Amino acid sequence: MKEIVEYFQTDWSEYISLLLGHIGISIASVLLAMLVAIPLGVLIYRYAVGRIIAERFFGLLRIVPSLAILIILIPIMGTGVKPSVIALTILAIPPILMNTVQAFLGLPQPMLEAAKGMGMDTRQAFWKVKLPLAFPLMYAGIRTAVVEVIASAILASYIGAGGLGDIIFTGLALLRYSLLIIGGGSVAILSLLTGYILDQIYKYLTRYQRP
Amino acid sequence: MTAVELKNVNKQFSGMGYKALDNVNISIKEGEFVTILGSSGCGKTTLIKTVNRLYEPDSGEVFLFGKNVLEEDPVQLRRRIGYVIQQIGLFPHMTVRDNIATIPKILKWEKQKIDEEVNRILKLVQLDPKEFRNRYPAQLSGGQQQRIGLARALICDPKVMLLDEPFGAIDAINREKLQKELKNIHSQSKKTYLFVTHDIQEAFRLGTKVVIMNQGRILQYATPEEIIEHPADAFVERLIHTSETIKDYVEDGEGI
Repeated sequence: MKEIVEYFQTDWSEYISLLLGHIGISIASVLLAMLVAIPLGVLIYRYAVGRIIAERFFGLLRIVPSLAILIILIPIMGTGVKPSVIALTILAIPPILMNTVQAFLGLPQPMLEAAKGMGMDTRQAFWKVKLPLAFPLMYAGIRTAVVEVIASAILASYIGAGGLGDIIFTGLALLRYSLLIIGGGSVAILSLLTGYILDQIYKYLTRYQRP
Repeated sequence: MTAVELKNVNKQFSGMGYKALDNVNISIKEGEFVTILGSSGCGKTTLIKTVNRLYEPDSGEVFLFGKNVLEEDPVQLRRRIGYVIQQIGLFPHMTVRDNIATIPKILKWEKQKIDEEVNRILKLVQLDPKEFRNRYPAQLSGGQQQRIGLARALICDPKVMLLDEPFGAIDAINREKLQKELKNIHSQSKKTYLFVTHDIQEAFRLGTKVVIMNQGRILQYATPEEIIEHPADAFVERLIHTSETIKDYVEDGEGI
């Protein structure tokens, strides 16, 4: 306990920069994953073949441990933030992609018919009706991805991308349990807190669903 | 003036033994409230959907005020036609006001005009604008939702309204109220209504004229009185007869 307090007294500014680095890598990875997964999901949801290929492909990539992906990427991209973000993006794509596909597949038919019947063109129906109706399920996929990425971003430190993993790996190397507790605890709290905030945003954005 | 006209219209869906529309010919005068009656699968919904081009006929022509609808842009065409469906299809993420204002917003009406028109149309469907305009569909009863469905279809003042069993999922008491109000709205506006139903009482109560369909064919198109006095064939006669039997039962108080 004393060691933990000491750590925060002496290394506070380093802690903050590692925390911010962790958050930054996580945000970048999830945003990148959204940029790939959402348009891809919207493009393929209508086609069974496309769905199967994309889901299998990213499903397979996901089975490969993130650590292995990181190491495979070293000869291609070197070390640091970039390969870490790529590895975490690969991890984040499947839940967002699958939920996007399911969200669009499950769009309620009567609302689509109403939209078409009243005279919306394809683009208007997409932006005004389909996307907002698909949003809750897509959001759930994004939430899953965020929580996974925050936990996995520890590994980024392994190839020199920084983040809270630095504290944990230092603790492992020096066998200092206080550092393991600080690092692990911070990741757990960050993950829970993010989950909570995302849930509150979800409640606000879907307030129309409540009677 | 003829509002809606179908000439030799045929439509076959794959996997169906008979045609959904089998050489259908009909000419509907402006201002008429036409109810289209038949059992499920008889082609009544297919018929009205050829008017706003949600279905394209395999052959034949459909005219709206003398213009062939197949030569028009379907999106522009649909904006001039009111469309109401049984499942209502309100957009859950939009308030009542925004639901009703969907097409006016696409047409870029000024905000003030939209608000005025939304208020006017809400009053027309017997809902207090102040109380209802900012609610979401989840906060409305089924009957209220379908009033909004009607309001949304009426807002652009379409000359033709297509209604596909709009009151089919609404409880009996509210259904009767809605029927009366719809009849009122129609008689004030003198617009042309095509109203699909499988409820014979509803068809005869609302229609200035009734279309009776079976297996893709129009068996009779006439005023309710004419149909009751001179049914076109045995099928129509049987149909009216069943309805009278039901009525007798109810009036005798024996129940069904």
